Amino acid sequence: MSTKRKGAYAGKIKKATQMLFYKHHQRPGVKGWELHKAIGSDYPKVLDVLGDYLKPLDLEVKTVFEEEKTPDKPTIEELDKARFFVALSSVETKDRLMGWRVDDLAGLAITISYIASQKGQASRKDVEKLLSEKIPNWKVNLNLERYIRYGYLMQDDKNQLFLDWRTRAEVDQKKLIELLLSAENKQPNSEHYQETNELPIDEDDTP
Amino acid sequence: MSYSKMEKKSGKERLEHIINVCTDIENKTTDPFTLNVDDIISVVKEYFPHWEQPEELKLDAEALHHLASVIKLQSEWVKQRSSSLYTDPFLLEEKIKKTSKQDMISVFLSAWNPIVEFEQLSLQNIAQSLLYWDTLPPLSGRWKKIDVSETSMGSVSREEMVKERILSNKEFADELTAYWLELKTKTAKKGIDNKIDYWDFIGAETYEETVQNAFLTSFLVTYGYATLEIDRLEETIFILPFNEPRIEALTVQSTSVPIAISFEDWQKWKRGKQV
Repeated sequence: MSTKRKGAYAGKIKKATQMLFYKHHQRPGVKGWELHKAIGSDYPKVLDVLGDYLKPLDLEVKTVFEEEKTPDKPTIEELDKARFFVALSSVETKDRLMGWRVDDLAGLAITISYIASQKGQASRKDVEKLLSEKIPNWKVNLNLERYIRYGYLMQDDKNQLFLDWRTRAEVDQKKLIELLLSAENKQPNSEHYQETNELPIDEDDTP
Repeated sequence: MSYSKMEKKSGKERLEHIINVCTDIENKTTDPFTLNVDDIISVVKEYFPHWEQPEELKLDAEALHHLASVIKLQSEWVKQRSSSLYTDPFLLEEKIKKTSKQDMISVFLSAWNPIVEFEQLSLQNIAQSLLYWDTLPPLSGRWKKIDVSETSMGSVSREEMVKERILSNKEFADELTAYWLELKTKTAKKGIDNKIDYWDFIGAETYEETVQNAFLTSFLVTYGYATLEIDRLEETIFILPFNEPRIEALTVQSTSVPIAISFEDWQKWKRGKQV
């Protein structure tokens, strides 16, 4: 690669980094067409190179396609419609709860795995019933509203809950269910996470 | 061969029954595989040559339309079962119930890749904002003056509350004392750490009763029978009864805490309670 070309690529990588890391809209991340416009049609290659830079930092560029199913070989049109994020990739860096309360995160985990097992759709009533097994009733509704607000879930007018864009961006659903089914049931005596070891998320903040 | 009226009537009834069963399946109240598609098609086929009137043909088309929807649901069911994501919901539900919160968190952290996002100002942002501020016309120029009539704050007397049937004619002090005892009993039964959720205390079967309870509760707090513990972050309000009324509540300058008791809030609380 010539020095001039290398320089051009370095500029594109910088631009992509700024667009991916910094908040531009209400939702995090950036749409493919925005990258296309700012960087050019070779933006998928630029993102690959950026991904190589991010890998040693336990970060990765994630793509969430418009359709629920990820295409094997996405076309540039499909990529333009997709949304790109930077996300943590390694378990080692995730030894903390990212500012979540242990109850709230456990509730989210339960909700996502339950909805995923129900073909991606479950009635709010069923989810509330399941959550209220371990979370006080008054908190169940608050939590569900919070998960909806953050983009993990969405709700239709028939009170059916679905997994939303943030779940598709952040959670490996297949892995979650596999791990959950293979997890050994232990009594809650091993307190890995104290109830109050994390600060609560501000109501107005997105995670 | 002409079909008798009786036979036509029976055919119509069978088609209507098929439509009803299909609708139940579409509304997810019945398993899609309870319907034997071959049997239904043979029934539709049997009667089709004898339909003459537009209503009869419409009924036939409707039955076929619903049958197609059921076949689609059956196909989706098979697809889901054969996909790698399928897990028996009952098995998973049991697993979720048996897994401790800590284990649930450990599992989730292994499958969770939270998005990284920065919010940071740059010098350029600040410069742009200053430029915007300079060019921004003052509010007086942007907002048209709206003619709003001033309304003074109102007050309501106990007599008026009695007249509106919010309060009963019972001696107010007695009523308040009885209500304080009720608070103490409820807190002992349902509360944690000598406090009870505000809505769990004031919430009643009807909205009117709830408002009345909220009204009395405000007096309990004002007259030093109880106090409120408000967590604005968690959006929770607890009420803590005192063992003896505290007179200082009436003597020191207190802070007013407005708590909205809207009909929507009451409905939300009631739904939560039913769950």
